[in-house]
Amino acid sequence: MSETITVPTMAEMAAQGKSPEVLFWVGCAGSFDDRAKKITKAFVKILNKAGVDFAVLGTEESCTGDPAKRAGNEFLFQMQAVTNIEVLNAYEIKKIVTACPHCFNTIKNEYPQLGGEYEVVHHTQLLTSLLEEGRLQIEGGKFKGKRITFHDPCYLGRANNVYEAPRELIRKLDAELVEMKNCRKKGLCCGAGGAQMFKESEPGNQEVNIKRTEQALETQPDVIAAGCPFCNTMMTDGVKNKEKEGAIEVLDVAELIANAEDL
Amino acid sequence: MSWIPQIIFAVILFLGIAYFTRNIRKIVRNIKLGKKIDRTDNPGERWKHMTRIALGQQKMVVRPVAGLMHIIVYVGFIIINIEVLEIIIDGLFGTHRIFAPLGSVYDFLIGSFEILALLVIVAVTVFWLRRNTLKLSRFWYPEMKGWPKKDADYILYFELVLMVLFLTMNGADYQLQQMGADHYVQAGAFPVSQFLAPLFDGLTEGALVIIERTAWWLHIVGILIFLNYLYYSKHLHILLAFPNTWFANLKPMGQFNNLESVTKEVKLMMDPDADPFAAPDPAEDEGEPEKFGASDVMDLNQVQLLNAYTCTECGRCTNECPASQTGKKLSPRKIMMDTRDRLEEVGKNIDSNNGEFVGDGKQLLGDYITAEELWACTSCNACVQACPVSINPLSIIMDMRRYLVMEQSAAPAELNNMMSNVENNGAPWPFNQMDRLNWKND
Ligand code: SF4
Ligand code: SF4
Repeated sequence: MSETITVPTMAEMAAQGKSPEVLFWVGCAGSFDDRAKKITKAFVKILNKAGVDFAVLGTEESCTGDPAKRAGNEFLFQMQAVTNIEVLNAYEIKKIVTACPHCFNTIKNEYPQLGGEYEVVHHTQLLTSLLEEGRLQIEGGKFKGKRITFHDPCYLGRANNVYEAPRELIRKLDAELVEMKNCRKKGLCCGAGGAQMFKESEPGNQEVNIKRTEQALETQPDVIAAGCPFCNTMMTDGVKNKEKEGAIEVLDVAELIANAEDL
Repeated sequence: MSWIPQIIFAVILFLGIAYFTRNIRKIVRNIKLGKKIDRTDNPGERWKHMTRIALGQQKMVVRPVAGLMHIIVYVGFIIINIEVLEIIIDGLFGTHRIFAPLGSVYDFLIGSFEILALLVIVAVTVFWLRRNTLKLSRFWYPEMKGWPKKDADYILYFELVLMVLFLTMNGADYQLQQMGADHYVQAGAFPVSQFLAPLFDGLTEGALVIIERTAWWLHIVGILIFLNYLYYSKHLHILLAFPNTWFANLKPMGQFNNLESVTKEVKLMMDPDADPFAAPDPAEDEGEPEKFGASDVMDLNQVQLLNAYTCTECGRCTNECPASQTGKKLSPRKIMMDTRDRLEEVGKNIDSNNGEFVGDGKQLLGDYITAEELWACTSCNACVQACPVSINPLSIIMDMRRYLVMEQSAAPAELNNMMSNVENNGAPWPFNQMDRLNWKND
């Protein structure tokens, strides 16, 4: 890949006495998970192309505490939260964008009470506003006419009522957006939330991600679009389980845009 | 002698209402066993929410057929109860159809009650068939065995019988009116019950009066029994749906509460000036340290307990739950039913111990809800979204997980791993925080 991405850190910015328009909160998956790192890069490429003045915390970033909180460990969550808030407040961060709905939800909804008040947006929301402001143009490119279905992440959709931003972006690709019968408010979980990602599931007769993948396959998609690194993993595994990985791609909305533009 | 029926009526009415009041008191007392929670912010929004969800039944029409029929039964039932007002006045004062002088308004009222009664009979029949012959999966989960299944059917029989009595009463009355019987003023329109005429063919005036009176008495006694049956039934929701939606959580569903007791301790730990060995502030020391999370109903908050009493056991939550759908033991409906059952058990314990709870060696966690159920939840909020009366099963699951983890260190081993990673490396996986930006150069 042609690798010319620019990723300033907050520390560098501060040293130059600058403060960015927006902080990109990368999250643990986006930083360490091999699949999710690609999403992170795709998003950065778009930010670079649109000339967005952003920075990351880099090694000063730490887990938001979401998986600990959902597992019931409120102590650990609040310790993480307070530590992060100290860092964010020290840099006087005003606006945060993240490609992870779990980070998004936690920082947006659960940090304010602990002293961390920021404007928090999901990356699909930032991208739609870049489009509206004319800072970003999207052309169909290679996804023109392709059937794309969008899997609503629970922590973006039901948890925070963001349903349209990712869909708007997909429509902009001149792709055919096909909806699963369980979508938006009725979307079925991928099975990763509530700290399930980090454990085996309880005994049952099916894995949740397989069930959700079956629903996605019913739409006969070329691409299953996701807006969350964890959903992405779950759906990718589901597609592999159905031996469809040759025919169907699982891609983040940011990747769709970056790929369409051949970034 | 003509006073006797009036006296009997007054006594029955008094007993019915007194017993009902006693039950309501019990519910209020039991709910107050829970922790206080402030849900009085934003009253405007709350009234709107209640109007939309409880009165307007917005969530019910998500399933249009069932929703429409539910609205018919509900509206029918409420409106026909205006008739009860007349029955009570007649019963207490020995009058007959006291509102008859309203003339055409009266005709319109009685006429519409009759049409509604017929619709209710149709809807109730369809509901019964749906529940018993269609075998919709959500009505056949394990938690629906026994009483909950019977309860659901009893309510349908109750409504059917009450409506039939109402129409019989009117039908006989109409015949008597046409015969010009004493006491039976010409009043009301009977668009439905007039068709019952063939049933009364050839009966004497005396026999008709007996039928009319019997139906009248059974109808009002039936309503009083129904009122008192509510306490033992999922049907309590016809009353509690209103407060329950008013006190609902209006914040984003993804926002879980931050435990204040934890915040205090965390602030203390993080504060460099705090002296960890300082004697605790006597003002703050209230004896026992606060328990983190919930292992029994008293640890839940009052809205969660109100939720439990309000649950209609409809299973819309369980139907949408990814864990339930894939055969896991978790069913959010069962969480609510267990909470109510345990709360009732605690209530009875208090009743038989002169107002004080005496430990019974049981609790909600373990004896009703197992850890396996709790750990199967993905916190996806599908149950919360689906509930037609704004119940939040997820919040109870979370509070119980908190107890398991913070009081008992009883998380599954893999989660303990994840948590120690977060604690030590700032990520749920064993990566070094110093490598957090390595993706940039990969
Ligand atoms: S939040 Fe938990 S209980 Fe509710 S539907 Fe999702 S998995 Fe089921
Ligand atoms: S919690 Fe709500 S959706 Fe679930 S059974 Fe009770 S009333 Fe129905």
